Amino acid sequence: MHIDKDLVAASATPLVLGILADGDLHGYAILKRVGELSQGRMQWTDGMLYPLLHRLERNGWVCAEWGVSDAGRKRKHYALTASGREALVQRQAQWDVVADALRQVWNTLQAPGTAGAWA
Amino acid sequence: MSEQFSLDERAGLENQIDQWRTWVLARRAITPDDAAELEDNLRGRIADLRAGGLDDEEAFLVAVRRMGNLDEVSREFAREHSERLWKQLVLVPETSSEANGRWRDLGVLIALAVGAGIAVKSLLAVGDDQVFGLNLAFAVLPFLAAYFAWSRRLPGRVAGVLVAMTAAVAVAVNLYPFVIDEGASPPMTYVLTATHLPVLLWLLLGVAYTGGAWRDHARRMDFVRFTGELVIYFALIALGGGLLMGLLFATFNVVDIDIEPFVQGWLMPFAVPGAFLVAAWLVEAKKSVVENMAPVLTRVFTPLTVVLLVAAFVALLTGGPLTAVDRNLLILMDAILLLVLALLLYSISARDPLAPGTLFDWLQLALVGAAFAVNVVALTAMVTRIADAGWTANKTAALGLNVVLFVHLVGTGWLLWQFLRRRGTFDAVERWQTRYLPVYAVWAATVVLAFPPVFSYA
Repeated sequence: MHIDKDLVAASATPLVLGILADGDLHGYAILKRVGELSQGRMQWTDGMLYPLLHRLERNGWVCAEWGVSDAGRKRKHYALTASGREALVQRQAQWDVVADALRQVWNTLQAPGTAGAWA
Repeated sequence: MSEQFSLDERAGLENQIDQWRTWVLARRAITPDDAAELEDNLRGRIADLRAGGLDDEEAFLVAVRRMGNLDEVSREFAREHSERLWKQLVLVPETSSEANGRWRDLGVLIALAVGAGIAVKSLLAVGDDQVFGLNLAFAVLPFLAAYFAWSRRLPGRVAGVLVAMTAAVAVAVNLYPFVIDEGASPPMTYVLTATHLPVLLWLLLGVAYTGGAWRDHARRMDFVRFTGELVIYFALIALGGGLLMGLLFATFNVVDIDIEPFVQGWLMPFAVPGAFLVAAWLVEAKKSVVENMAPVLTRVFTPLTVVLLVAAFVALLTGGPLTAVDRNLLILMDAILLLVLALLLYSISARDPLAPGTLFDWLQLALVGAAFAVNVVALTAMVTRIADAGWTANKTAALGLNVVLFVHLVGTGWLLWQFLRRRGTFDAVERWQTRYLPVYAVWAATVVLAFPPVFSYA
């Protein structure tokens, strides 16, 4: 399913922070988790995740460490920091407001009476 | 047989990944570490796709497609890591039209340099040292600002405000009735205005440099980098120019021709502003290899400065009571703080903000600490003495600058300490630097515009 670019950009930060709140992950594992959470309906452009992760790191919301993968290759792991956790709480509050407002709008749209009245 | 085939196929995949890596690394905004990270992603994706039934070739193609358009990805990297952009991406011509644009840039710049030369020459023609000292910055910097306004397509409104502010300052300082005695040294408020004026104009020029986006942190940092590199380029050009000048004098001396009038009257007024503008253009165009000077220079001079400061601290404490302290000590302290801040700013602007704290960062913290200690000792002695002897323009200006620098330094030291203890980010250290820049503009404006009337132009 195609999701608008701006919507992807806006939701990427809270999604990544939220996924990392469950535990440290490397980049590709974060992408896989996004796929799982959306049952494959949301697919990010893989390469775009990394500049985003670096931005979160610069803000001090995640910290990164180089490790070694099972295959013995260099692999960078990301973990949520304390201030990242705070940012996540703030983002969650903001998204709750948006989601709540949207839910009400969707409900009005679906209400059969209104749809008929305007037809 | 079949094993042989799969080995070949495996080698083929490795080959393809190698080619892909080379292709990724060709982008200047992507470092080898980023490429390794992207490659890890690619390999993970390929492994999953193969597990889903695709063969190597198909898996590779799909994985590369999922990675996204590399131009867009590298643009994102560049946007996130503007310090890399500064170091490597700036103005490397990729097409011939860009190369042509570079020559056009140089043409415009040379025309502006000649304009600056004419302005300086006509200023000299007035034949008044006081007027010259007060207006030299007005004769040179607007031409550089014009170059930036042109090359960055500065919005007309911003350009208008800048011109109006500069003109207002120029009119004000030239109308100030400084008390000038023939033969005596110029009045203090005049000297203060003339020395602080270039700083104010330089920061106004920064607005043109950022193309009007002067509130933007990254653009401000670029301006700091630009300033640091400009100093180095200009010093190098001045050294070379001085050498040529010496040879010129020596040669004409042999044949008994006095060329000093020509050098004084014509060569210097055009060569010095010209060298300044060309240096600015060189920083912009990155023609040379000096770009990696900043890290080297700061690594050499930071430890040396720490030693100097510790020695100064011991000397101040053991050198008997600080009764002989006068305004020279205060000016000396300002110079030391300026040096320390320049070193800090210079290395901060060249540092990768994501790199973890290193020994060198601790050394910088030691530098801040030492400067802090020296300044506190000098300042306490100074304040008591000024309180006794009264406030002159000179002491007030020196003390004010000391406070401005001191706050900047303490803020930097605190944030650096937080960063090294993993309580804060290096980004915070950087942002403090750029956020503090307007304070200098305000202070310079105060000294330039308010001091002469407050201290009755004496």
